[in-house]
Amino acid sequence: MTNQFIKEVVDKSYAYGFVTPIESDNFAPGLSEEVIRNISQRKNEPDFLLQWRLKAYQHWLTCKPPRWAHLHYPDIDYQKIIYYSAPKSKKNAPKNLSEVDPQLLETYKKLGIPLHEHEKLAGVAVDAVFDSVSVATTYKEKLKEAGVIFCSFSEAVQTHPELIQKYLGTVVPYRDNFFAALNSAVFSDGSFVYIPKGVRCPMELSTYFRINAANTGQFERTLIIADDHSYVSYLEGCTAPMRDENQLHAAVVELIALDNAQIKYSTVQNWYPGDEEGRGGIFNFVTKRGACRGKNSKISWTQIETGSAITWKYPSVILQGENSVGEFYSVALTNHRQQADTGTKMIHIGKNTRSTIISKGISAGHGQNTYRGLVRVLPTAHAARNFTQCDSLLLSSTCGAHTFPCMEIKNPTAKIEHEASTSKIGEDQLFYCRQRGLKEEDAVSMIVNGFCKQVFNELPMEFAVEAQKLLEVSLEGSVG
Amino acid sequence: MLAIKNLHVCIQDEKEQVKSILHGVDLTIHPGEVHAIMGPNGSGKSTFANVLAGRDQFQVTDGNVLFNDNDLLALQPEERAALGVFLAFQYPIEIPGVNNMYFLRTALNSLRKIKNLPPLDAMDFLALVKTKMREVQMDEKFLHRAVNEGFSGGEKKRNEVLQMLLLEPQLCILDETDSGLDVDALQAIAKGVNSLRDGKRSFIVVTHYQRLLDYIVPDVVHIMAKGKIIKSGDKSLALEIEEKGYGWLDS
Repeated sequence: MTNQFIKEVVDKSYAYGFVTPIESDNFAPGLSEEVIRNISQRKNEPDFLLQWRLKAYQHWLTCKPPRWAHLHYPDIDYQKIIYYSAPKSKKNAPKNLSEVDPQLLETYKKLGIPLHEHEKLAGVAVDAVFDSVSVATTYKEKLKEAGVIFCSFSEAVQTHPELIQKYLGTVVPYRDNFFAALNSAVFSDGSFVYIPKGVRCPMELSTYFRINAANTGQFERTLIIADDHSYVSYLEGCTAPMRDENQLHAAVVELIALDNAQIKYSTVQNWYPGDEEGRGGIFNFVTKRGACRGKNSKISWTQIETGSAITWKYPSVILQGENSVGEFYSVALTNHRQQADTGTKMIHIGKNTRSTIISKGISAGHGQNTYRGLVRVLPTAHAARNFTQCDSLLLSSTCGAHTFPCMEIKNPTAKIEHEASTSKIGEDQLFYCRQRGLKEEDAVSMIVNGFCKQVFNELPMEFAVEAQKLLEVSLEGSVG
Repeated sequence: MLAIKNLHVCIQDEKEQVKSILHGVDLTIHPGEVHAIMGPNGSGKSTFANVLAGRDQFQVTDGNVLFNDNDLLALQPEERAALGVFLAFQYPIEIPGVNNMYFLRTALNSLRKIKNLPPLDAMDFLALVKTKMREVQMDEKFLHRAVNEGFSGGEKKRNEVLQMLLLEPQLCILDETDSGLDVDALQAIAKGVNSLRDGKRSFIVVTHYQRLLDYIVPDVVHIMAKGKIIKSGDKSLALEIEEKGYGWLDS
C-alpha cells in the first residue's frame, strides 16, 4: 500500500508544459557553416566572434559525442535540430518592457516570473531567455547605478566586446568537449554579468530559460565575471513545454572570480522530464565551470535538478588562486524514466585551496541517478583540502543509484575525505510519522526534505521555498 | 473504549513464509484503565502493540477491534492517530535533517486540523513544548536537533513520552518504553505518563519487567505467551512473575 502511495506522489504532472502560440522567426533545421554565419550576422557580431564560432564548428566536426556516462539514449540527429528560433517582434529588439510582446509577458507570468515593472520579483533582477533570444531584463537601471553590467549576451557583444573577447572561452574552451564545441559554434543568447571591483551586487541576479518552439535546441551561453573584492549571487531557472519528442539543451556557463571575489551560482532546473513511459523530455547536456583565478576567491555551485529526461552536467571549479574555495551542493531527483549523470570536478592548483562537495541523489520510479565526481590535487596545491559527502535515497525498488567518485592526489600534504551512504526510504520512518498523525504524502515530503536540507540551506532564501515545493511536485506518487 | 475479539495476526517473512504470531487475543479496556501486558520474548507483545497502531507489515487474518465504536482495523495509521491512538515506539525512529521541533509541531497541528482547531503558531507552540519538556526532564536543546538522530536510548524514550504529552491521545500504548533506561529516566517517564492519567484516558503498557509497574501502577496485568493471553489478574500477578519467571505458566 505504501508503495502504491509513493507511486502516486511521484506521478504528479508537470505544470509548465504549455506552449505559447507565438509567431517566431525560425531557421530551417540543420547545421552548416552557413547557419553559423547567419546566426552571427543576425546578431551583428564582430568578426572575432564569428571566427571563434567557425573554429569551434570545425573542431566539433572532428568530435564524437561522449558515451562514457551512465546514460542510455538514442543518437541525436544534429541535422534535424533548428539552431535559431526567435519570437517575431514588431521591432527588432524591445527597448523596454512596454515593447515586449504581451504574450511573452503573459508566458513568464504563468511561469511565476513576472517581468512587468510594477510586479517584478522583489529584490531579484531577471533576464528572460525565450528559445534563442533574451526578451527582457529587469532592474537594469538600478544595477547600472551600482556599476553592475547585467544584460543578454547579445547585448554585451555590442556594448562590451572587449570583455567578451578577453574572457569568452577562457574557462570552457571550445575544445573542451563535444557539447561545448557545439554550443560555441551555435550559441544564440544567454546572460552576461560583470561586477566591477569592490562592488557587492545589490540584488540577486537571475536568468529564466524557456524553450517554447518545437524541434529547436537551446544553446545559451552565460559568462559571469566578478572583479577583485566583488560579490554576486546568481540564479538560473528552466522550463519547457511537454512534447513527445526530445529536445536538446546544450548550454555553457563560465564563471571567473578574481582576487577576493565571490560568486554564488544556484540552479533550479525543471526542464520537461518526459512522461511516465519516458517519451519526450529535454536532453540536458551542460558544461558549467568556474575559475577561481584570484587569491581568496570563492565559487559556489548549488543545483536542484528535478527535470530533463537526460541530465549530463558537472559544474566544476578550477582552484587556481591561493586560498581559493570551491563548493558544490547538489540535489538531483530522477523519477519515472529520467536519468541523471551529474557531479563535479574540483581541480586544486593553488596552495591552501579548499573544496566541499555535498551531493544528494533521490531516485524514484525507474529513475537512474549517478554521481560522478573528480577531486584532482596537482603537485603545486600544497595543503589542499577536500570534503566529499554523497548520499543516495531510493524511493522504489525499480530505481537505481550509482556513484563514481574519483580522486587524483599528486601532493602528499593534501587532506581528502569522502563519505557516502545509500538508503531506501524507510517504511519505519513513514509509519512513525503517520502514527503521529501526518498524512503519508506529508511524511514522504518531510523525510525527503530532511534528506536535502544541507543543500537547500545553501539556496538564496527566495528560492529555498520554491525548491522545496518543486521537489514535492516532482515526487508526487513516487515511492514504491 | 477498546474491545478486541479473537485477534489473529500473521507476518510474511522475506522468504514469503507465512508465520502466525497472534492467534486469538481477546481484551477489553474501559476508560481510565491501565493494562499491563507482560510475557516472555517472542510472545507477540510488540506485534500486538504495532497492529493496534496500524503497522502494515502485519496481516490481520481474523477477529475485530472496536475503538470507541470505530472499526480500528479498517483505518489508516494516521486516521487511528486522529482518533487518539498513540504508540510509544520500542525503537524510536531517526529522521535525519528534520528538526525535532518542526516535527512535533507538524504532528500536533495535523491532529488539531482534523479536530477543526486552529494550528498553533511557533510562539504558542514553543511555550507549550517547553512546559511539557520540563515534565519529562528533557533539555531544550533536543528541540533543535533532528528527530531522534544521535539521541541516546533514554533521550529517545523521553522524546516519545514528550510526544504523548503534546498530542494528548485517548489510548496510549507503551511498547517496552522501560527497556534500556536507568532509574532516573524511568522515573521521569513514569511521572510523565502518570500526569496523563485522568480517569478517562487508557493505557496499554507492554513490558518485560515488573520494575516499571512500581511507578505506573496497573489495574490489570495480562500474561501473553505464544500469541495468546494466558492469564490475567491484578498487579500482584506481576510480582508473582518477577519471583517465579514465566516457566510455571506453561505447566
